[in-house]
Amino acid sequence: MSDITSEMTSPLNIPEPEETLKHPMEQYLRTERLPHIWCASCGIGTVLTAYITALQKSKLDPKKVAVVSGIGCSGRAAGYLRLDSFHSTHGRAIPFATGLAVGNPELKVTVISGDGDLIAIGGNHIIHAARRNINMTIICINNFNYAMTGGQAGPTTPESANASTAPYGAYEYPFNLPFLAESSGAIFVARWTALHIRRMAKSMTKALLKPGFSFIEVIAPCSTLYARRNRLGSGLDLMKYYHDSAIIKHGIDTREVDIDFQDRIVVGEFVNKDKTHFLEKRDQFLSKKLGDKYVPYKGPNSTTSTMKEEE
Amino acid sequence: MNHWRVPFDINKIEIPHGNIHILIERCKGCAFCEEYCPKDVLEMSRDFNRKGYHYPIILKQGACVNCNLCETICPEFAIFVEEDKPRHPDINDVIKKGDQS
Repeated sequence: MSDITSEMTSPLNIPEPEETLKHPMEQYLRTERLPHIWCASCGIGTVLTAYITALQKSKLDPKKVAVVSGIGCSGRAAGYLRLDSFHSTHGRAIPFATGLAVGNPELKVTVISGDGDLIAIGGNHIIHAARRNINMTIICINNFNYAMTGGQAGPTTPESANASTAPYGAYEYPFNLPFLAESSGAIFVARWTALHIRRMAKSMTKALLKPGFSFIEVIAPCSTLYARRNRLGSGLDLMKYYHDSAIIKHGIDTREVDIDFQDRIVVGEFVNKDKTHFLEKRDQFLSKKLGDKYVPYKGPNSTTSTMKEEE
Repeated sequence: MNHWRVPFDINKIEIPHGNIHILIERCKGCAFCEEYCPKDVLEMSRDFNRKGYHYPIILKQGACVNCNLCETICPEFAIFVEEDKPRHPDINDVIKKGDQS
């Protein structure tokens, strides 16, 4: 009996945590919130790692970077980043980010959110932000369903994929996100999967340093809902599928990059062009029309304001 | 590397080297690092961490070439590599005895 109790009370074979060591990305992370809520083998954490790598490479001042996210699994991303970040209401990440970008032109605004938030309920906002060419970067993490609410079919669910609201398979036509972004006016459009970490980080660096509306779609594994409902295995099996069926085609026409269920995925940087962004265009247009009367707004930290000029 | 003789420039070759650190309690056992390590340095443990996941352990100590892939692909910020001094390749690794046919 005493042997059993001694065995019961003796510590299990659990190693002690290495507390002295710090992850090199911890300066960008709210470590008190880690480990995060995302499922085991979910791809959103990998996208966040790539984003932090891109921030480090782009050498932007972290005080001048703001991250906005909407609702959903990937909406949590803003909460884990030690930057100025905001977790907005469902679908309204882009309107909030538009306000930030226009109100403070010094800020580099990034929206990290999911396909359900950005494309479904926020679909109108992404079209108009792209049309105006507002200076922001959108990272759309596409996992083909509404994962946080239980795996319902969304606007990106491929045809014949099973979802909880499509038990016999989805029959709607899915959105082709790079085509949507390009035709609305985005100046930088890329798509990668969660496996292409280095290329994704490079594209994110380019997008962060490019003034204007840039859109990056990242296809990420959803192991708990999408993979389980469609019997695709674990997140690791989906990563192997990305490895086998992703084709890199830079600069291809975005009309040809549809995704069918478990078919090939065309990835790459599809669009990279230069266009005057919203604030610059406003200043150019109004100074042409109004001449010296027009004083461009330079943000809350600048000394010159319209009032002083009038005095 | 499997050569039939010692390369002449073996003293000039330097292989980058890294030390892997694993934050066991953050790991959720997705095995991305184990699958995609180009040198197969890692292996999933048979033990569990406090949350009940198998975490990676270092199988081949000293084989890491500091590519940082595990650090970048880890969704949990649970593994990272510290750069160490580059090393000269070991002659025993270059020529494996018994391989000569």
